[in-house]
Amino acid sequence: MQDFGEAFALAFRLVISADPDLLEIILLSLKVSVTAVVIACLIGLPLGTAVAMGRFPGRTGVIILLNALMGLPPVVVGLLIYLLLSNAGPLGWMRLLYTPTAMIIAQAVLITPIVAALSREILEQLNNEYAEQFHSLSVPGTTAAGALLWDARYSLLTVALAGFGRAVAEVGAVIIVGGNIDHLTRVMTTAIALETSKGDLALALGLGIVLITIALSVNAAVMTLRLTATRYAYA
Amino acid sequence: MPDAIAIGTRCAWPRAIRDGDCLGETRGLVYQAGDSRLIDGIDLMIPRGSITVMMGPNGAGKSLLLRLLHGLLTPTAGQVLWSGRPLDAGLRQQQAMVFQRPVLLRRSVAANIRFVLKLRGRPDPTRVDEILSEVGLDAHAKQPARLLSGGEQQRLNLARALASDPRVLFLDEPTANLDPASTAAIEAIVKRAHSSGTKIIFVTHDLGQARRLADDVVFLDSGRLAEQSSAQTFFNNPLSQAARDYLDGRLVL
Repeated sequence: MQDFGEAFALAFRLVISADPDLLEIILLSLKVSVTAVVIACLIGLPLGTAVAMGRFPGRTGVIILLNALMGLPPVVVGLLIYLLLSNAGPLGWMRLLYTPTAMIIAQAVLITPIVAALSREILEQLNNEYAEQFHSLSVPGTTAAGALLWDARYSLLTVALAGFGRAVAEVGAVIIVGGNIDHLTRVMTTAIALETSKGDLALALGLGIVLITIALSVNAAVMTLRLTATRYAYA
Repeated sequence: MPDAIAIGTRCAWPRAIRDGDCLGETRGLVYQAGDSRLIDGIDLMIPRGSITVMMGPNGAGKSLLLRLLHGLLTPTAGQVLWSGRPLDAGLRQQQAMVFQRPVLLRRSVAANIRFVLKLRGRPDPTRVDEILSEVGLDAHAKQPARLLSGGEQQRLNLARALASDPRVLFLDEPTANLDPASTAAIEAIVKRAHSSGTKIIFVTHDLGQARRLADDVVFLDSGRLAEQSSAQTFFNNPLSQAARDYLDGRLVL
């Protein structure tokens, strides 16, 4: 129990002193996960919209697949990306293994299904509501898709947030493709794993507290924005 | 630009309706869901220029017929013709529909109107204000549409339908959930649209409303056309037993 008190004290000292090593780790964590979320949204939102609005054979299968992929185990994703990017792999020539780019790819693969599946559900509900009115007005498909995305934007923000939460907290994928190299690919979760195995529980807990604080404040910020915006723009 | 719907074709009128040009018609219209024929062989003539009120007991097929006429549903058999032509994209853009429950975009009142104007290629900001003041909603322009009262929401819904300058306006029990004042407001807007040349096809259960609005009445019963008469004939001396029973308030089983 002594570790906890020590950990909080250490975490506090680290944050207050703006320890450059700690800042580097935090910034890299945020850079990797935010980029992964942006990529996942660029792929997942159009995919979710297409499945929500489209009627095509095998649609139910696609929905089941997307929902199932939400539970992808990070280590397996890490392994697959590792095989893809390793020197012997098909993309080995790109020399991306053990770089932040590889970590971004792994996290994007991990959370794209989350963004696609959750946005599909939200957009399909809204589409069920709008569809007949849009049909009556002869709204073209692309305009309808744009209107759905725009009108559901606050709910979709929560989807992106769920993706960010998953990305910033996972360790299995980034440790395999990133390698936890100091000053290069070390992020908060891999650092925590390392410090724990080294026995430096205080530092590990300190980093954990920072990680939790970041996750909570990002969530709180987005929820506040959503609540405020909801009050003004839609009911 | 496709031909306007107003270019009519001559057609034979059912005996109770005055001779005139026919704006739309259905021929042997059938709509089937599973084994049941919900619309069962309807031959309907839709007169030009009038307010046509569609009545009938619950489940008679009024809303279905309205959706078939507007092209929201594809008939199992038979045809829907406007100006002698099957519905196409151009004709459909000259029609608009007001549903019983208003489906408003999760945006401001003005943005709901703007959406339709933009859709029809006329994004004129002054026009938004004009349309809103015509239905008495100009003071609410910036409010979220979904925070309006039920009556205001339906007025906005109607205003949005009229913003596309339709030649034909379908209304599916637009005042079923509204109080008398809101109902009167809706009826006034509909009458104004009619007097500026829009063909109105109005489904209602409210006999008083039907008497106030109808030039001619289409009466459906169990998916069939029971009667199509001028309003005077329909209310004073209905031709079909089904309509007589309905007007007498007798239960039709």
